[in-house]
Amino acid sequence: MTSIAISHADDAVPVKPRGPRLTTPQVWGLVLIAPYLLVFLAFVVYPIGYGLWLARHPASYVALYNDPIFARAAVNTLIFLVIGINIKMLIALFLSGFFAQSRGWIKWLSVLFILPWAVPSIPTILSVRFMFNPEWGVVNHLIFKLTGEDGPNWLNDPAIALTMAIGMHIWKSLPFWTLILMTGRMAIPQDQFEAAEVDGANVWQKFRFVTWPSMRTLYLTCTLLSMIWTLGDFNSVYLLTGGGPADLTHVLATLGIRYLRLDQLDMSMASIVCALPLVLPLVYFMMKRLSR
Amino acid sequence: MKISEMRMPTLREVGVEARLLLIGIPVLIWTLIPIYHMFLFAISPKQDAFSGKLWPDHPTLHNFEIVFRQQHYFLRDFWAQFGNSVVIAVSVGVLTLLIATAAAFAISRLRVPGGRAVMNLALFTYFIPAAFLAVPMYRTMGSYGLLNNHWALILAMVTIASPYAIWVLKQASDKLPVELDEAAIMDGATTLQLFRLVYLPLMMPSLVAVGTYALLLAWNEYLYAFLLLSKDTEITLPVALGNFLAADDSPWELLMTTGFIYALPPAAVYYTFKRYMVGGLTAGAVKS
Repeated sequence: MTSIAISHADDAVPVKPRGPRLTTPQVWGLVLIAPYLLVFLAFVVYPIGYGLWLARHPASYVALYNDPIFARAAVNTLIFLVIGINIKMLIALFLSGFFAQSRGWIKWLSVLFILPWAVPSIPTILSVRFMFNPEWGVVNHLIFKLTGEDGPNWLNDPAIALTMAIGMHIWKSLPFWTLILMTGRMAIPQDQFEAAEVDGANVWQKFRFVTWPSMRTLYLTCTLLSMIWTLGDFNSVYLLTGGGPADLTHVLATLGIRYLRLDQLDMSMASIVCALPLVLPLVYFMMKRLSR
Repeated sequence: MKISEMRMPTLREVGVEARLLLIGIPVLIWTLIPIYHMFLFAISPKQDAFSGKLWPDHPTLHNFEIVFRQQHYFLRDFWAQFGNSVVIAVSVGVLTLLIATAAAFAISRLRVPGGRAVMNLALFTYFIPAAFLAVPMYRTMGSYGLLNNHWALILAMVTIASPYAIWVLKQASDKLPVELDEAAIMDGATTLQLFRLVYLPLMMPSLVAVGTYALLLAWNEYLYAFLLLSKDTEITLPVALGNFLAADDSPWELLMTTGFIYALPPAAVYYTFKRYMVGGLTAGAVKS
């Protein structure tokens, strides 16, 4: 119906080079893009606006500042991002070279290697949680069998618990980043390696002067993207440690839920607003890269 | 067999192979331990599960029987929860496909005014960590009166899945030659015919990838599911798994069995559509 009405209008109005008139395809375009815009308005714009409105009181930020758990969560988040992600990406870079080797058994290994990414995270996180249960878990069982002594109280020690949460995160997302970096590695023309070989380059020199220059940008993009996603990694921490012991292993992603449970909605939103100076530059950078 | 394959490997080749194995074996162990641990619990009788053996003395499928027959307090709504997970994942997959395909076609092929701005808004949403939006989303669903309704989770997951879906589809459709559209229009095709007869068939591989992505995202989601749904008969499987932790004496072997059952469908879907996932998604995920 709309298209007919518009084409009549086309006939009636003399052709102008510029104007607010829309062609038939453009009207269809607006119709087709409308569902997403509705979703965006109802479930992105409204919640964000509502969240910012809840976080409008300066008192919430004072309360956050005085809450030692918030400071601890902020530090934990930084450790997670700065140490955890860099270790993960370095391992992924290393393994991408390993999996790029053309051998039958490595092909098969890569099929199994992707499993942590292919299966949902909840059951595997709970599985690890049970493995490290101090009383009944298989890890302390083995330690007792081998040494005759009780193993550490894994998840009740904040430092070990946070390390394990980072390990859990690495276990889950390492295959994905290895795969991406492998795609980047495969795209490097083989003749560059052959030329380096002729020049007598060793393995390290080939990496340093051939592989790394072509993968540098990809590696940086991946690291930043991984940091953004890791900021939102709720499961690895919440289901492994529950934020405990004594709320010492929270990260910003789980802290919001903690405040929600304590019915401190304004604190919940304020803690997220406090993360924005970290998030928005990363988001801006990624958008510039991807919207070209 | 060629002669070159029959000769003895040189010392250097053996050394390279050994070094590769030295990397490969730890990687394999690291990857499989949590999954194998889960599997071991699932096939072990209750008394064997905690013995620390690598393989149970009496492997059994009894745990699966208990789960399927809902013969435990924690499992009394297993089938309802399994059904909820299926219905929600499929709905999210279908809705995301519809919304994202329409939007990508409008932005990329019809060059709708403001299309670029919409793409940027969508990308912005994609990069905001979903956990940060969870609390406001929870309150928003409350004010729309949708809490404890499957629609709350479906709409939230469509919101989270759409931006990336639109971006992947837009990238793929930008690669289709403009001449195709021009030729179809010359032949008198309307916009809808162009969409249905030219665009959709050419986009099939990306559509499969995006549909699978949204489906798996919804099936695997824990945080939003646990915030937005709470009645035992309405929750999805991951929330039910999390609820096992509420009690100290929860039956681990049954939790691991349920977890194993829950992990199988997405793994099967992933490996079935792997070539689409790798080609259509990961290559586009990070453009260097």
